Amino acid sequence: MSGNGLTYSEHGGEAAPELAQEAAPAVTPSAPAAFGLFSSDTKKNEDLKQMLESSKDSAKLDAMKRIVGMIAKGKNASELFPAVVKNVASKNIEIKKLVYVYLMRYAEEQQDLALLSISTFQRALKDPNQLIRASALRVLSSIRVPIIVPIMMLAIKEASSDLSPYVRKNAAHAIQKLYSLDPEQKEMLIEVIEKLLKDRSTLVAGSVVMAFEEVCPDRIDLIHKNYRKLCNLLVDVEEWGQVVIIHMLTRYARTQFVSPWKEVDEVVDEYNENNFYESDEEQKEKDQKMKTTYAMDPDHRLLLRNTKPLLQSRNAAVVMAVAQLYWHLAPKSEAGIVSKSLVRLLRSNREVQYIVLQNIATMSIQRKGMFEPYLKSFYVRSTDPTMIKTLKLEILTNLANEANISTLLREFQTYVKSQDKQFAAATIQAIGRCATNITEVTDTCLNGLVCLLSNRDEIVVAESVVVIKKLLQTQPAHHGEIIKHMAKLLDNITVPVARASILWLIGEYCERVPKIAPDVLRKTAKSFTNEDDLVKLQILNLGAKLYLTNSKQTKLLTQYVLNLGKYDQSYDIRDRTRFIRQLIVPNEKSGALSKYAKKIFLAQKPAPLLESPFKDRDHFQLGTLSHTLNSQATGYLELSDWPEVAPDPSVRNVEMAELAKEWTGILGKPKKEKPTEKFYSESEEEEDESASTSSSGKWSGSDSESEKEDKEEGSTDESSGSSSPSEESTDSESDSKESAAKKTCRAVNESDSEVIKKKAEGISKKRSTSSSSDTEYTSSDESSTGSKSESDSKSDSESGKSRNATSNKVKKPVQDRKNPKTQDMFLLDLDDFCPVTPVAVPRAAVLSPSLAADLEGLSLSSSSVIDVTTQACVPTKTHELLHRMSGKGLAAHYHFSRQPGIFGDRMVPVQVTVTNTTDQKIENIHIGEKKLPPGMRMHEFNPIECLEPGGSLTATMGIDFCDSTQTASFQLCTKDDQFNVNIQPPVGELLLPVTMSEKDFKKEQGMLTGMNETSATIAVAPQNSARLIITERVVKAANLGVVPSGQDNIHRFAAKTVHSGSLMLVTVELKESSTAQLIINTEKTVIGSVLLRELKPVLSQG
Amino acid sequence: MIHSLFLINASGDIFLEKHWKSVVSRSVCDYFFEAQERASEAENVPPVIPTPHHYLLSVYRHKIFFVAVIQSEVPPLFVIEFLHRVVDTFQDYFGSTNVGDQLPTGQLSVVPWRRTGVKYTNNEAYFDVIEEIDAIIDKSGSTITAEIQGVIDAYVKLTGMPDLTLSFMNPRLLDDVSFHPCVRFKRWESERILSFIPPDGNFRLLSYHVSAQNLVAIPVYVKHNISFRDSSSLGRFEITMGPKQTMGKTVEGVMVTSQMPKSVLNMTLTPSQGTHVFDPVTKLLSWDVGKINPQKLPSLKGSVSLQAGTSKPDENPTINLQFKIQQLAISGLKVNRLDMYGEKYKPFKGIKYMTKAGKFQVRT
Repeated sequence: MSGNGLTYSEHGGEAAPELAQEAAPAVTPSAPAAFGLFSSDTKKNEDLKQMLESSKDSAKLDAMKRIVGMIAKGKNASELFPAVVKNVASKNIEIKKLVYVYLMRYAEEQQDLALLSISTFQRALKDPNQLIRASALRVLSSIRVPIIVPIMMLAIKEASSDLSPYVRKNAAHAIQKLYSLDPEQKEMLIEVIEKLLKDRSTLVAGSVVMAFEEVCPDRIDLIHKNYRKLCNLLVDVEEWGQVVIIHMLTRYARTQFVSPWKEVDEVVDEYNENNFYESDEEQKEKDQKMKTTYAMDPDHRLLLRNTKPLLQSRNAAVVMAVAQLYWHLAPKSEAGIVSKSLVRLLRSNREVQYIVLQNIATMSIQRKGMFEPYLKSFYVRSTDPTMIKTLKLEILTNLANEANISTLLREFQTYVKSQDKQFAAATIQAIGRCATNITEVTDTCLNGLVCLLSNRDEIVVAESVVVIKKLLQTQPAHHGEIIKHMAKLLDNITVPVARASILWLIGEYCERVPKIAPDVLRKTAKSFTNEDDLVKLQILNLGAKLYLTNSKQTKLLTQYVLNLGKYDQSYDIRDRTRFIRQLIVPNEKSGALSKYAKKIFLAQKPAPLLESPFKDRDHFQLGTLSHTLNSQATGYLELSDWPEVAPDPSVRNVEMAELAKEWTGILGKPKKEKPTEKFYSESEEEEDESASTSSSGKWSGSDSESEKEDKEEGSTDESSGSSSPSEESTDSESDSKESAAKKTCRAVNESDSEVIKKKAEGISKKRSTSSSSDTEYTSSDESSTGSKSESDSKSDSESGKSRNATSNKVKKPVQDRKNPKTQDMFLLDLDDFCPVTPVAVPRAAVLSPSLAADLEGLSLSSSSVIDVTTQACVPTKTHELLHRMSGKGLAAHYHFSRQPGIFGDRMVPVQVTVTNTTDQKIENIHIGEKKLPPGMRMHEFNPIECLEPGGSLTATMGIDFCDSTQTASFQLCTKDDQFNVNIQPPVGELLLPVTMSEKDFKKEQGMLTGMNETSATIAVAPQNSARLIITERVVKAANLGVVPSGQDNIHRFAAKTVHSGSLMLVTVELKESSTAQLIINTEKTVIGSVLLRELKPVLSQG
Repeated sequence: MIHSLFLINASGDIFLEKHWKSVVSRSVCDYFFEAQERASEAENVPPVIPTPHHYLLSVYRHKIFFVAVIQSEVPPLFVIEFLHRVVDTFQDYFGSTNVGDQLPTGQLSVVPWRRTGVKYTNNEAYFDVIEEIDAIIDKSGSTITAEIQGVIDAYVKLTGMPDLTLSFMNPRLLDDVSFHPCVRFKRWESERILSFIPPDGNFRLLSYHVSAQNLVAIPVYVKHNISFRDSSSLGRFEITMGPKQTMGKTVEGVMVTSQMPKSVLNMTLTPSQGTHVFDPVTKLLSWDVGKINPQKLPSLKGSVSLQAGTSKPDENPTINLQFKIQQLAISGLKVNRLDMYGEKYKPFKGIKYMTKAGKFQVRT
């Protein structure tokens, strides 16, 4: 059984009918008699056989339900095998399912008969329906018949290249089953695993890693190339897969990266994401600091960063997996972030609590600080089960320190009185531990424990005695009084352990209580025969010690006791008596030892250590079964120590060219694959797409990020002047990699396929952003004249800069020139599939001012630089074009994608999503007659040939609104119908954002005064006054670019109108008492005033 | 991973078994029964039991033990969490009054938690914000610890692939959150907005913890006078409760339970309202109070008879409290708005607030 949501839910489903039958016997007409009457098995089975022979499916189904019910109850149904197996080819899917369940249970016992069914599965493996292919593979691999191993192997191999990720997932599951059936197949299976590890579907990732863990966990080399991909996919993998992957990556990371725990204090907190936005100086400082200390491998950081969000998972196993990952891999300063989530899990079921508390107990010993803030979360409730109570107590004790001990002791007082005596006793132990660990409270605790000696409950008293004994041993000097007190208690206490403890104490410190000790011996000698063995031994002990120190008074008594012991029933006691007598009573036979008897008996004994049972338990990986049991479980994989020197990190590099190839491959696929079976294959196709887009999107995103990190480190190293050769080589490698990628980009660009062009644009866009962020760093480097960077790094950065500059400037016109022809539906519509886009909002908003500021610093010419930039934000708002009711089932929405210049420079791009809500195909969707105001132009989208029921497609069209908010009316036509629709643009969408420096902004503003200026005073809701929020809200409402501003209270935005290219300058100046002045400068006064009106509510609304 | 699964009922019968690999004999459960015997109560049975060849991992719910047989190392929470999900599924399936004929089919939708082609004539989305107060109140009535845990449970029946966003007036209150997998984490990180394509039907959208800095309003108080005397076999028992910090709302569904010491033989009590039961076998006192009327505070008074000859109990019993308050989220959390994208119809939206007692204990 392997970990994945889908299979599980299906198994859940399979189990369900078994229960269903039980819960609702009336459902099956023939069933009522069956209940409780299974005893007459033979007769009943005849009946079942007949039903299975029946020509009616309903009878067969009833029979199968009852048979599966028998299996579930553990009854033997094997004799029905021949009758059941005949039905394996049934057309009825319900019957088929149940026959499968039966086969999985009995095939191993009746191998020959089971072979009859194999051909059915082989046929099903070729079924066009992916669900049937998958279930055939599942059953085939669950039938434990060794003779079919070659067939299984073949089936797995084929399924591993199936087009459906769901089938590939099942192939991964089958690997484990085949391996457990025949370990000889290992090598072949590893080949399949290697192949499936390269799979990009999130559906497959968890299952194949599971297979990897089961079959070849030592083949770490298979992970290298897939490491980054797995890290990046992780968030989207189903929860069970996440657990498995995280555990595997924990082990991997411990073999590949160096320890982040050395020089703990000096490690730069790279983690702090803010440093991205920090000023150059700070960055520089950090860089300098870093060169002398440890620098974390970016891949190591990638893992930590990508697992962190999973702490918010609803699945306790996932949270625990991340927690243990941080515990074993993160710098000590970061491990703390897991505490809160672990504490949250304590609200869960008792079983979850049990495991989590155990792990917290281990953690809290080593790093108290992690859980100190949550001390009260571990307070015990009277309704907690005892095992939970004791674990909480354990943690409370671990967390005790000088500051909180008094609170804790007060809490412990309540616990001591608990009706749950086992727990009360544990509390007393805990108090003892606090007393030894925190010297300030030793006396307080001791007094408290002494008070408990007069407790009514014997268990409490006994436990107190035992703990006091241990405590006294640590500092016996002062406590004669307590010993006397305890001696008095001896008359009342009956619990053997406690009596034994008191006797031991008196014996050990008999010289401190010289008067009492002999008397105690006298009393106990009297009761000797009635005592427990434990107590008898201590009486003997006491006698011996007194004999040695005070033989005058106690000689006779001791001998009396020894005589009693000599004839005791227990041979332990007889042995001990003989031993003691030989040792202490000098006679001719006794050897040299008796001279040393006193030294032997009254030697200084080390005080027992009161320590947690969870100490050192963390040599087991946290969160594992072995940790819970505190002993190594079968199949436990040791966590290796950090390597001294990190192995070559370049093994994880993946060729970009290869990647690009794969992309095109993936992109091409959905086209080829014609929907065979409507419902599933379509969703499958979509899934494939979304998986590939999301993964590739993330890929490149994070890749550029990690590259950036690479750079950062590279430059640090270089500036330190001690660049190691390996570092350089990786650097150059990444360079070449980059250029290779560029090359492919270009090549791809030239190719004819529209789709690829789109994609390549996406890549180059990303690339340009990443290189612009490069500039940020290099510029900071440049400005730092103090730390003279080496010349080659400088030239490097310069070339980077120029590259970036060209890519920024040259790209646009090229795009513009090319694009007028470009017009197509988006096969991959990122906005549609990737809900993450809006997330970019604040980030971009924050980024751009600083970026622009850097650009300003770089531009030496005095001429104003006004460049069209990419949009800062893509509004998520969609507008309705055609309601499905009025469109006879065809629904259409549109939204403004703000992708600049797709259809030439005067067109506003509009994305139209058409959805077919009917149950029939809609054919030939196109734009018909247009009723446009004069001057307005429209670029239609290509007709959509056919839209499947339930399907939806997104197409992009362009409209030149002539800088007006007039409505564009046109007809949306299908093969049979025409619908009048119209699009009216919000004024904010008639703009193209531009960047310019503050200086240029002011200059331009100066030229647009008087008539060209409109302004208004508005009230700003207090929560909106933060820069971030203002920026976010404004760019959301209108497609404006952010202009850096030197003053905190002034925010500037700039754009030009799409049609005429007139500048549109927006200024928001915050005044006191939450008002603001909103100023718009533009030649296009009409648009200006409309924009003013629209922006007002944006800022004043809460 | 999980080799076999056994279901054991309260009387110790294995009434269902399922094997995924080879068949493991049910005699393996003997180790479980041994452990069960050692633990006096069901809830003290260790969730992980090692046996010579297997490991038994179990969960206990609805008086049924779900025992999974494991053969090798596995994260124990993986199995435990999974078993709980199995129980949830059973509960969903059998719990509802109309057991569907159709079994859920494997879903291969773009969003794995939602099937495609959902259609409703009435499109509706309801959200329940339910907060629970966990608290320990000491003898004198002061709060030792109190925290608020909340959940948002949703009941969404919307056609097609709706994309919802739910925003709060005061998202800062939420200190620690965990999401249904449908929630877009990044959107929450950056904007504190819950953005998601909902599963169809009932689901838990969000669980949260209200940050510890905020003082927790305790909506009820309990006055108690419970005393046992050494000399006599009679003790006194008296509790009164009243509202406090309820923001003007009614406290209802009040239920008091208390585990009496073993030496208590019987209790003779008169409630001013509601009904009470004392079970002399389990020694559990429960008092179904109902609503608290601030004008006439509910009380329960009377005497306790102790076993003759035993000394008085060391500890007074702890009082466990249940209550609920409708239309109030005690933390002050407020949903700002719910928007739907991706579909064009107008859904019916509803939001309900409720505050309940969680693990609410009063020490006496």
